[in-house]
Amino acid sequence: MVHLFESNGYYIAVDPASGSVHSLDEVAYDVISLFEKKTESEIVTALLEKYGGRPDVTEDEIRECIADVEELKAAGTLFSEDEFRDLEPKDEKSPVKALCLHVAHTCNLNCEYCFAAQGKYSGDPTGKKPALMSFEVAKAAIDFLIKNSGTRRNLEVDFFGGEPLMNFDVVKRTVAYARSVEKRAGKNFRFTLTTNGVLLDDEVTEYCNREMNNVVLSLDGRREVHDRFRRFYDGRGSYDEIVPKFQRFVEKRGGLSYYVRGTFTHMNTDFTEDLFHMADLGFRELSMEPVVCKPGDPYALTEDDLPVLFEQYDILAREMLKREKEGDPITFYHYMIDLTEGPCIYKRITGCGSGFEYMAVTPWGELFPCHQFVNDPDYSLGNVFEGVKDPALSEKFRSCGVYSHPECADCWARLWCAGGCAANAYHATGDIAGVYEYGCRLFRHRLECAIMMNVAREEDN
Amino acid sequence: MKRIKTVATRDLKKSVRCGGCGECQTSCQSACKTSCGVANQKCENSKK
Repeated sequence: MVHLFESNGYYIAVDPASGSVHSLDEVAYDVISLFEKKTESEIVTALLEKYGGRPDVTEDEIRECIADVEELKAAGTLFSEDEFRDLEPKDEKSPVKALCLHVAHTCNLNCEYCFAAQGKYSGDPTGKKPALMSFEVAKAAIDFLIKNSGTRRNLEVDFFGGEPLMNFDVVKRTVAYARSVEKRAGKNFRFTLTTNGVLLDDEVTEYCNREMNNVVLSLDGRREVHDRFRRFYDGRGSYDEIVPKFQRFVEKRGGLSYYVRGTFTHMNTDFTEDLFHMADLGFRELSMEPVVCKPGDPYALTEDDLPVLFEQYDILAREMLKREKEGDPITFYHYMIDLTEGPCIYKRITGCGSGFEYMAVTPWGELFPCHQFVNDPDYSLGNVFEGVKDPALSEKFRSCGVYSHPECADCWARLWCAGGCAANAYHATGDIAGVYEYGCRLFRHRLECAIMMNVAREEDN
Repeated sequence: MKRIKTVATRDLKKSVRCGGCGECQTSCQSACKTSCGVANQKCENSKK
């Protein structure tokens, strides 16, 4: 199969199995769309009828284009067969390489839409479990990661919550400990911190710029959008307090990586206005994610929202290309695809790694497949002191690669998506082996936009 | 080709031989945390 689409005036063919991308004119677009359904003569007749009168669309021209398609097919970049279905991972047992450390199951904001239930996470009716991770637990997590990382050199630790800066001392001690052992262990730690900004002061800023490879700053965009959900416990919105802190932080960040990350909901389907507002505030590395919540929630995205969201992604792509040309670009997480230096085939069929390469650690040291499964008793993997005690569960996640989903078999985007998010699938279908179709549709549209942007840059050159 | 311009992309077949080192970032660690794919992950294999 070949995926054909038109976006922003560009005609594009994507060969799903090889990952090849072709920029077409409308005649080639039509030739490819008819190529497997009609004979050469039928294609010629159909296109002469359609383009009759155009001097550049003669019978010879059409036959030449058909020959070009034949050539690309023979070269394996159009209508290619998927040869990766039986590919085995190089590591029979993928080692652990990333941990999401929930250093604080508490938060200084009370955001209604928080998938982590205001940072506390559900599942602890006793209220007896600690809200803050001790250094002993964090140290054991680092030891667990090193011990289970096999030959992997790059290890990632994300300080998450709740609000991780409510346990900043443990963050600092954990980083110091990891740095003290990484060389001897032959590892290279990369740290990320996700924060709502309330406690972001000069000390934290200076520290993050020294130690954090990436910092994710939570901001939803326009003041009224941000303050709708991101409020203090006394009901005040947090926009006015955090925006100056984020601006100061980014100003001091230099060239280091950061993301200003927002969440959009049914209440702000015009989310590009929020992204452009972030840009107006001086932020350049942006991310905006669809809300994760129950379907009945008032802010849940609906079927009727989808065409609006598609249009928003189109607007964003066009605006980003325009800003690039004007010399003041912004980046958007989902549009940052590198067609030549992107992931290898193993990554593309394996997926996000949750439950086997990547795990979340609670303040008391319990292991879950990822941050979205935390405190679900059915998904407890073990703990950082004793390791993974439910290898069958870990294996279930490992086997959830793209080819395990029958729904993905004919999806053109399968080797960019890798089967999607297990947590989204679980919440939508009750099974991690399921598929969150709404998310699939958003993903495919975002991917079309991202590919179009690459084609546009190529055509401009 | 007159009507088709092929955009440079990574050779996935070649990556069967030289890929799989696992040194790349875990998708959800970067910025999304909720809707991950692998499309925007950078390859970190120096031997590819």
